[in-house]
Amino acid sequence: MELESLQIYWWLLISVLGALLVFLLFVQGGQTFLLGVSNSSEASRRMINSFGHKWELTFTTLVVFGGAFFASFPLFYSTSFGGAYWLWMLILISFVLQAVSYEFRAKKGNVFGTRTYDTFLFINGSVGCILLGVAVAMMFFGAEFSISKGNLFDNSSPVISRWAPTHGFEAIFYWKNLVLGFAVLFLARTQAALYLMNNNKADDNFFRTNRRRVLVNAVIFLVFFLLFVGLIMTTASLETTFDGSIDGPRSSFELREFKYFHNLIDLPWALVAFLAGVVLVLYGIIRSAFAKHWTCGIWWTGTGTVLVVLALFWIAGYNNTPYYPSLTDPSSSLTIFNSSSSRFTLTCMSWVSLIIPFVVAYIAYAWYAMDRKHD
Amino acid sequence: MDDLMTVVDWSRWQFALTAMYHWLFVPLTLGLSVIVGIMETIYYRTRSPKWLRTTKFWMTLFGINFAMGVATGIILEFEFGTNWSNYSWFVGDIFGAPLAIEGLLAFFMEATFIAVMFFGWKKVSPGFHLASTWLTALGASISALWILIANAWMQYPVGMEFDPGQMRNVMDNFWDVVLSPVAINKFFHAVFDGWVLGAVFVCGVSSWYLMKQRRREFALDSIRIAGWVGLVGIIFTIWTGDGSAVQVARVQPMKLAAMEGLYDGKVGQDLVGFGILDPSKQRADDSDPFLFEISIPKGLSLLANHDADSFVPGINDLINGIRLTPEGDTVRTDSYAQRIIIGKRAHEALREFDNAMAKGDTAAMAAARENLKKDYRYFGYGYLDSPEEAIPPVGVTFYSFRIMVMAGGYLLLFFIIAVVSMARGGKLWERRWWQWVAMLSIVVVWICSEAGWVTAEVGRQPWIIEGLMPAKAAISAISSSTVQLTFWMFAAVFTALLVAEITIMAHQIRNGSDHDEY
Repeated sequence: MELESLQIYWWLLISVLGALLVFLLFVQGGQTFLLGVSNSSEASRRMINSFGHKWELTFTTLVVFGGAFFASFPLFYSTSFGGAYWLWMLILISFVLQAVSYEFRAKKGNVFGTRTYDTFLFINGSVGCILLGVAVAMMFFGAEFSISKGNLFDNSSPVISRWAPTHGFEAIFYWKNLVLGFAVLFLARTQAALYLMNNNKADDNFFRTNRRRVLVNAVIFLVFFLLFVGLIMTTASLETTFDGSIDGPRSSFELREFKYFHNLIDLPWALVAFLAGVVLVLYGIIRSAFAKHWTCGIWWTGTGTVLVVLALFWIAGYNNTPYYPSLTDPSSSLTIFNSSSSRFTLTCMSWVSLIIPFVVAYIAYAWYAMDRKHD
Repeated sequence: MDDLMTVVDWSRWQFALTAMYHWLFVPLTLGLSVIVGIMETIYYRTRSPKWLRTTKFWMTLFGINFAMGVATGIILEFEFGTNWSNYSWFVGDIFGAPLAIEGLLAFFMEATFIAVMFFGWKKVSPGFHLASTWLTALGASISALWILIANAWMQYPVGMEFDPGQMRNVMDNFWDVVLSPVAINKFFHAVFDGWVLGAVFVCGVSSWYLMKQRRREFALDSIRIAGWVGLVGIIFTIWTGDGSAVQVARVQPMKLAAMEGLYDGKVGQDLVGFGILDPSKQRADDSDPFLFEISIPKGLSLLANHDADSFVPGINDLINGIRLTPEGDTVRTDSYAQRIIIGKRAHEALREFDNAMAKGDTAAMAAARENLKKDYRYFGYGYLDSPEEAIPPVGVTFYSFRIMVMAGGYLLLFFIIAVVSMARGGKLWERRWWQWVAMLSIVVVWICSEAGWVTAEVGRQPWIIEGLMPAKAAISAISSSTVQLTFWMFAAVFTALLVAEITIMAHQIRNGSDHDEY
């Protein structure tokens, strides 16, 4: 395949991983419910049983998402992680806390007590979701960095990318980024409630509580989501006028009004995915919240979430759009063309990616085998 | 420059902290997963309830430990970006691939089948469950394989070339990277080390039961299996360790010289069995580097070249340009002072290429590319100010190597005695002194394992990629106070969680299964 095709293919894979990650954040959303119930209650037990079996999938998807980004677009990995240091460090620490909490929380001798581990899970659920939303929002609203590869031969200061001195805090406290952060959090909470309804089908108090949670969280999610969509559809953003390659002259950019709105129009598949996704999310939420006893909402909103996030990644990275616009130096902005791995590496990794259907198949089979007996 | 060094130092300390914490848990995961797999296989074949209880007991400890391995592992992957962002660009085209493949091939396998392992006892068939246990063990080993391929590549960079247009190294041979002999050797060395550590842990905990006169049959059954796993593990660890020494002599001779505190090499070089370094020793002076030493005649020549009469270069020899070829022949090549000059020339050629590219001057680009190609082999030396900068910390490398070797030798003896004594009825395990030996061996094996990594990683300093990039050129543009703060955050979090893990494990061992003791 040509380099350009490989770059497009790898942005597609990154989009798929990102979309699956946002869907799987329902585990994090569910963790934010834990502090609202007594840790010895039946509700707490059911939540832990539901999410405790799935947290590793979310965690692994995050790690693979990071690894895939590193392998396919290393300049993003280098620029964003080394630059927005505090943003990523806080995300990572929240996931460190999660990784031990399910295993340790109920074990005797855990030193800090069950409630502390539930608080860790709450921190991961809330901070993790918001900050991941902030990290993705920077793909639309930009970040304060510049890149000069020529620094490599400056012995006293050889680092090629520079970031604002606040190293990520400026992104965390930028209100537009936070809008997406809170949208992700309340989407995760909505989906967590839907997942609990699917996983605990008996029509009891727990089920009704979750149905109520769906409605309340979905309303808040929709407010943030509509605000975010309004912001990106009306914002001006950069467009590549010369899609510079990884070896050669730098890309050039100019500002274009309503860039992401134009992208939606120019990319019909993104528009279809976005609209279909929104309809599916709304259908799943409304029917779950108002039907007497409907437990399939998670599948509808989950599919819808994946489609919407796919569309967002596509309009962020395709159609001559820099997926990481620089606010400091527009010519430093990252596109899928100027930040990717080489043709050889992308080809090798594309062969490796053929294993993905096999991985999905064994995960699906293992969980089918587990749930078959359960049902 | 001073601030740069501080950032480098703190970034190194943070990575070392994370890696050393991670390596407390990973080898136990590698070893226990195999031991649990064997135990469950016996249960599957015999359907004996006692083997089911044995399997579940060790599986519980495996799960507690696994969580900590996961928690510390995520930080390591992302630290390449957060703290070593220049590195991530300079070699991300090669280094990112193994990390991504690790996630895809290993992490999903572990995440899926560990859930079946712990929650699937009554939900899937015994055969499916057994397969899941082994697939979890396989996933852990596959994970180790890819991360060690990545690590080995840093110590022995192959399968790539420098592209001045992209200003980074690009992969040109995937299989050279994956099948690097250094990677294969490191993989087996680390995985078998995990077997040893898991086996010592099982023997030590079982001995505690024997000392307390509880669960005698369970303890002896566990020791019987762990003894063999440990013996096989330590034999292969020593064998691959020997292979590693031969490789280091060729691809990282400065590391070997530091491991031995060897400044001036000779034909038939002795191996220092035990020694105390003179801290006042300077490279250029003629003083003896040791205050005290007991050496094995011609031992180092034998270890490094498998030839008692061969030459092994010391630190001064290497700095003066004398080294071994891959075939083991001694040759004179460029001195380190010359390498620094050539490296700076390579930097200049790259600068010229960059300027020519900006002007679109293709003739000048071609000329600069040619010059760069000629001098690129010493590109990393261009960042150094003096040859002395290329010498790793001798003291830490020397002592950590000795600790590893001595502890490894002790563990070989321990497992030979463990297996032989069990074959003779296991009477030795009833003796209190031996029970203490087995329990204290848990401390020894962890020190041994960590010392191995300290030798490998401190011994390769100052290089993050051998010869191509020193650590000081690989960092992110962050302040040292920022890294200090995250260092202490990680130190506090990891330490608190380690304390929790140890107390949970202790509680599980002490009380966890009283109700089903046998």
